This record gives sequence, C-alpha cells and structure tokens, in this order.
Amino acid sequence: MTGIRLIDVHVQIEQTPVLRGINLDVAPGSWLNVIGPNGAGKTTLLRALLGLVKATGSVEIDGLGDERPAARARTLAYVPQTPLIPPGMGVIDYVLLGRTPHHGVFANDSADDLAIAAEVLGRLDLVGFADREVRSLSGGERQRVVMARALAQTTPVLLLDEPTTALDLGHQQELLDLVDELRAERNLTVIATMHDLTLAARYGDRLALLSEGQVRKTGSPEQVLTVESIAEYFRANVKIISDVDGPIIVPTGRT
Amino acid sequence: MAPHRVLLQLLDTVPGFAVDSGLSDTHAAIVEKIRLPRVVLGLLVGATLSVSGASYQGAFRNPLADPYLLGIAAGAGLGATIMITGGFGDGAGIWDPVPLAAFVGALAAVVISFVAGHIGGRSTASLILAGVAVASFLTACQTYVLQSNSDAFREVYTWILGRIATSGWAEPALMAPYFVLTAVVVLRYARALDVLAVGDEEARALGINPGRVRSIVVVAASLGAAAAVSVSGLIGFVGIIVPHTVRLAFGSSHRVLLPLSIILGGAFMVLADLVARTLVSPAELPIGVVTAFLGAPFFILVLRTSRREVW
Repeated sequence: MTGIRLIDVHVQIEQTPVLRGINLDVAPGSWLNVIGPNGAGKTTLLRALLGLVKATGSVEIDGLGDERPAARARTLAYVPQTPLIPPGMGVIDYVLLGRTPHHGVFANDSADDLAIAAEVLGRLDLVGFADREVRSLSGGERQRVVMARALAQTTPVLLLDEPTTALDLGHQQELLDLVDELRAERNLTVIATMHDLTLAARYGDRLALLSEGQVRKTGSPEQVLTVESIAEYFRANVKIISDVDGPIIVPTGRT
Repeated sequence: MAPHRVLLQLLDTVPGFAVDSGLSDTHAAIVEKIRLPRVVLGLLVGATLSVSGASYQGAFRNPLADPYLLGIAAGAGLGATIMITGGFGDGAGIWDPVPLAAFVGALAAVVISFVAGHIGGRSTASLILAGVAVASFLTACQTYVLQSNSDAFREVYTWILGRIATSGWAEPALMAPYFVLTAVVVLRYARALDVLAVGDEEARALGINPGRVRSIVVVAASLGAAAAVSVSGLIGFVGIIVPHTVRLAFGSSHRVLLPLSIILGGAFMVLADLVARTLVSPAELPIGVVTAFLGAPFFILVLRTSRREVW
C-alpha cells in the first residue's frame, strides 16, 4: 500500500500561482476526495502528483524515489477528465496501452499483459466490447474503458479527475461502487476530484476542500461540508440534511 | 520478351542460381541493368515515402501531415533549382550535384523548422507552423531563382514532378541504406506512436517521453524522405494516400500500419512507374502526375466503401 504526502507544494502556470502551499497526507489504502469550486486547482493537484507540471515543495509517494516517467507510471494510474480517444483504436488495444510502463515501448504484449487486460475487461463488464472501437462507444462505456486502461496499469495508486462528470446517476454510482470494491480488493490508494458534493460525501474516507490553490479544510464529510464553508468557498446557498451514509447537500438558491 | 523468360532471367540474377532464360544478351542486360534497378528503386522510394508519411501523421497526430510537412519538398526544390539553373548538372546520374543539393536543401529545411518551431514554444502546432513558414520562404526563394533563369524552366519542372530514373544500380544502392534506417527506427517506435495517440499528457502519464519519441521518429522519417526526394524528385501523394488506405482497410495501430505502408507504398510506386513508362511510350509521364491520377480516384473509392472511422 502506498501513502502520499504533500508538503508546501506550489505550482505556477505561466507566472500565475495555481497551487499555493498544499499540505496533504493521504494514508495508504485510503480514499481522498478533493472538492472545490472551478479553478481551485484540483486538476493541477493531480497533475503535480503525476509530474506533469513543475512543482516546488515536497511530493512524497511511498516507494517512489525514482523520477523516471515509467517508474511513476507503475505507481500512479490516471483517469483524466476528458481523455483523448485515438481514432480507429479498438478497446482491447486501448486497455493494453496501460501495460506500457511495465514492458516499455519496444516490447510486445506478453501473455501476462493479455491476461491482465482480459481480467480488467471482465471486471468492468466490457468483454463484449473488446473488439469495438473506443470512439464508437457511449460516454458511460468510454469512461469504463478509460478506467480499464488505468486498472491495467496495476498501480497501487489511482488518480481520478472528475470520474463521474459524463455519467448519468446510475452509472455514477456503478463506477464509484466499483472503485470502492477494487480499492478493497487491491488495497488501492485513491485520490479523486469531485464536483458532486453529496457523492463526494458518500464515497471515500476523507474530503479535502481546495480553494484558490490552498487546502481550506480536510476531514470527514461532516467536518468539511458545512453550510458556512460551502457558502464561503463555493458561493452557494445550501441546506444540509444529515443521513447515516453522509450529509446530503441540497441547493436552495438565493434566499 | 516473354514474361516467363524474364522471370527465369531474374532467377538467374539470384546468387546460387544459374538458369538459362533463353533471352539474348541484350535483352538479359535490359532486364538486369535497366528494368530491375528501376523496379527496386521504385519499391524503395515508394516504401520510404509512405512509411515516412505514416510516421509523420502519427508523430503529429495529424491526418494531413506528409513527409513534406517540415519543408522537405521546398528545401529540395530550392537546392535542385539552384544547381540546374546554375548549369551544374542535369539531374541525371549519381554523381550529379542536383540530388546532393536536393538532399542538403531538404535536411536544412527540417533543421530550420525544428529550430524555429522550438523558439515559438514546444508544442506540436508551433513545429507544424514553423514548417509551413519555412516551406513558404524556401518556395519563394526557389520561384525567384527560377524566374531569373526562365530558360531552365522545363528542366526544373521535370525534376520537380519526379521520376524513377536509374543509371544501373547506383540510385538503389544510394537509397537503400536510408530506407533501412528509416524503417528500422520507425518500426521500433511503432508502439510508442500508438501510446502517443492518446495525447502528450496521457502518454507521459503512461511513462513515455512524447517529445523524445516525436523527435526521433520525425528525424528518421525526414532522413528517408529527403533521400527519396533527392533521387526521384517531388513525388507527391504517396505519403498521405497509402497510409490512409491502410488505416481504412486494416485499422490505425502503428504496429500494423507501418509495415503495411512499406509494402503497399513500394507496390504502388512500382505500378505508378509502370504506367508512367508505358502509357505514352516511348515518352514518359512524370510519375508525380501518375501517382495523383491513379491514387486519387482509388482513394476516394476506398473512402466511400470503408466503414471504419479512422480519424
């Protein structure tokens, strides 16, 4: 299991500070949901973990001292918010791309790679789609295929950027339930950015509220999701209904 | 010459075989020293141009990329025009300065595009735009040189339209190492190009370095294309049409696309050269005319009948 610690992480993009002193501690095998208004720096936080943007401060990922991209890709798998789906690529080939960090780009897929891809397809109910082109699939099916590619990376950490945005309510729950099952099965550490606060409260262990590049609050859903904090950081008026599975956030509009 | 006798004569050229084809010495020499080198050169040039085009399209994720994207055609055209108008050569023969100048011009154009493209940032778009600018600039230079020496018009134009002309085995021997180099490098990077298809950022998240892969593939493809252009002129169309036909028929995976582009590109060029050589015999059509004239209708047919979405 892999824990992650960020200490005073700053990121600037074109002279504009996007992350301003992030401190976060993600326990091995836990699930952290990152919430915050648009432009808070949620995606940049994931990109900083992936080494896709230059960050100062300390990003510690257990077992990862090596900065080579392939080593990082064996530790962190990433499901971007809007993945670029290559034209003409079949589902099985797309999922096998996830094996790249394990064998490098000069080797062919081994029997093991094919077995892992087949297992992931089965796990995500995609067996019937193996020979279809990814582009021909619906939004929900595509999201599962991108998830399958990330799972085929067999990494201890899963980074999800708004994984449910393109999905209807049923598929949202299905996907998050699946992440939760896989986390239990494989001891995954999960960091997900989420827009839907009620869903963010129901899945995962902890929440981190980001605003203007800083972590404003961390803790349990009850601690983070208060009427006051949502008004302050999201500029939204909400009512919060307590429920055994976590708080339910209901927008009330201007009152 | 009867076809079976030609085949026997070809068999006779294979080391370890001694066959009497029944052809006269003159005919045997035509087969071995004129026709065969020309076919081999057509294979090499066609294979190189189409695999270079496929590599460019993959490296830039752009269906309209062809081997001439970074100014190779314009650079080669300028080099050849300077030599021809200066009276330094007639574009025939292996030690002629024309192909050498074309090769140097083509590579110089690519180098300038790379340098200029990196000044404007490291994005793929800035490199393509730099290539467009470099190509326009070099074409303007070439047009100026040509306008100032209008008596060389026809000769320059003939060179530009391209031909698969050989004087014995010199041209195939010159072309072969470049073809091998290009093919070996880009085939080795076929899988990397598949990863690159998901975008630079995701490719990096999958552990590859997109900038390095793109540079290596483009440099290898450019070397091959520059060599092809220098021996055969500016044969257009092959670098776009052959790879896209393969994609429509067999899918977009570079592990399939690149080898099939080599085979079909070579075959297409030999066929085009056959038409160029025989249609208005004893004169020859410029092969660039034939590749577009045959290739365009064929490609539209493939485009209409294929149900694949390739781009």
